[in-house]
Amino acid sequence: MKVISVRNLTKRFGSFTAVDNITFDIEQGEIFGFLGANGAGKTTAMRMLCGLSRPTSGEASVAGYDLYKNANRIKENIGYMSQKFSLYEDLTIRENIRFYGGIYGLSLSDIRSKTNLLVKKLKLEDSINSLVKSLPLGWKQKLALSVAMIHDPKIVFLDEPTGGVDPITRREFWTLIFEAADRGTTVFVTTHYMDEAEYCNRVAIMVDGQVEALDTTGVLKAKYAAKDMGEVFLQLARKAKRGDG
Amino acid sequence: MRQFLFFVKKEFYHLVRDRQTFFILLCLPLALILIFGFALTNEVKNSRIAVLDNSKDKATRAIIDQLEASRYFDILEYIPSNDKLEATFRSGKIKLAVVFPPNFNQELLHTNTATIQLIGDASDPNTSNALINYATAVIMDYQAGFRNAAEIPLRINTEIRMLYNPQLKGSYNFVPGVMAMVLMLVCAIMTSISIAREKEIGTMEVILVSPIVPMRLVFAKMVPYFLMSVVNIGSILLLSVYVLDVPIQGNLVLLILECMMFTIASLALGLLISSISNSQQVAMLLSVVVLFLPTAMLSGFMFPVENMPAVLRFISHAVPARWFYTTVINIMIKGLGFEYVWKETLILAVMTVFFLAVSILNFKTRLE
Repeated sequence: MKVISVRNLTKRFGSFTAVDNITFDIEQGEIFGFLGANGAGKTTAMRMLCGLSRPTSGEASVAGYDLYKNANRIKENIGYMSQKFSLYEDLTIRENIRFYGGIYGLSLSDIRSKTNLLVKKLKLEDSINSLVKSLPLGWKQKLALSVAMIHDPKIVFLDEPTGGVDPITRREFWTLIFEAADRGTTVFVTTHYMDEAEYCNRVAIMVDGQVEALDTTGVLKAKYAAKDMGEVFLQLARKAKRGDG
Repeated sequence: MRQFLFFVKKEFYHLVRDRQTFFILLCLPLALILIFGFALTNEVKNSRIAVLDNSKDKATRAIIDQLEASRYFDILEYIPSNDKLEATFRSGKIKLAVVFPPNFNQELLHTNTATIQLIGDASDPNTSNALINYATAVIMDYQAGFRNAAEIPLRINTEIRMLYNPQLKGSYNFVPGVMAMVLMLVCAIMTSISIAREKEIGTMEVILVSPIVPMRLVFAKMVPYFLMSVVNIGSILLLSVYVLDVPIQGNLVLLILECMMFTIASLALGLLISSISNSQQVAMLLSVVVLFLPTAMLSGFMFPVENMPAVLRFISHAVPARWFYTTVINIMIKGLGFEYVWKETLILAVMTVFFLAVSILNFKTRLE
């Protein structure tokens, strides 16, 4: 079953085409990696799918709803974690979970059981009443991911979720992503860590606003005769005309 | 509605966790009232003056006694001669000197006119003006009593009555002014900063992706600051009545309702600012320049609107605090009812609705 389907989606900012006519489908339960250099258009593409940015042209449906007609239904069915850390540092772990559960319309008893489950899984039982700002960055990121999925969304969008995190925590973070995918949640993740690309079922590589390649990592590596995704990426990204930024 | 309450709760956490800001916001009215009430006063009270009496007769003695007896003046020294006068002014010890010419009483009795020279230190024009007025009033008082005793032909006298504020107390006009400033500060500046902060730290993105109606976030932000302002209105009124002896002449309920409306207008302005600023610094700067300064300068509280240049007077029409200030003066000091302030109230109400509408329409539900 396709949960995301994108046809000729384009976003222009004035004369600059950030996302240029992209087309792809994503199956349910897939971990879909969105790769690209800085400024390739990854974040803009993701923001359009989340309803944060209005496409200039093209069609898309997310979680079975049309991007233009049913934006609100889409919002109920997706979770989102932005590049910036998105929890409130001056609230405790419990208060953050309760707040995000609350705005997604969860009942109080649901929020309570979710909170217990979540802190147990993240081993945060002892610090549930401490302020989020006292947590190490890695824990904050794991907590932010869990909070983004508190309402069991069909799809979760992760925008460079592991920036600035150490390798061990990144590994743990990906364990959380695999568990979500096993439960049937579709994961749409942008990254520029090539080892993370290897964890994805399929990856799309964006260059200058266009999807330059899209397939499973195995097929891509064979096609470009590369020993890892890093090489595949370098071969494609070399064609880029845009600079950083 | 449930989502809304979750938001309100969160806002209260923000407010209370930031102890310093919370404390400042609650103590600000106290500090402003005390500063304006006791330090920055331009009332005349126990001002030091000097007397140069070249006549030393019955009349001059009586006038000097009357000056001394009034609570406005303390006679610091008696200057022996004219040439010492300037030195005394230069020492800065006095702001006013009263000079009697020789043969004062005789002239008064024989020619019916005598002159007293009042010399003020006009390096501070407001104070010297006030002192001269007070001294003149005291001398007029003496003249009145003197004339009743001796029978003198009819003469027209001016009688001055200072309405609503007979003692000319400064606190009568700064209580409403401080109220406008505090409400603007707490509501507008804090709301705009707190929305800008959500944009800065990235939580705004997450909220915009969630199914919540973004306007709920905005209204939820207003709730804590509104309540805080109600507390501040209360503390300002209590301070003004019990510490500064400024009575509330008019209807208390009407006064509080007017204050609440100004609070909502300020909140709407804060929202408007936040919709055009993406960082806390910009929000702060905009609120101070666009909201706070006009509130302080153009509301009539520091400088009378009538004396402003035409351009500033014109601009002052757009400053909500100007209308609020007039309303509070009318209700609180003059004791007037709604029929005297409905015009100002209507203008404020229209402004409030306008600001709210513009900021709601302007509130971006997308990031671009």
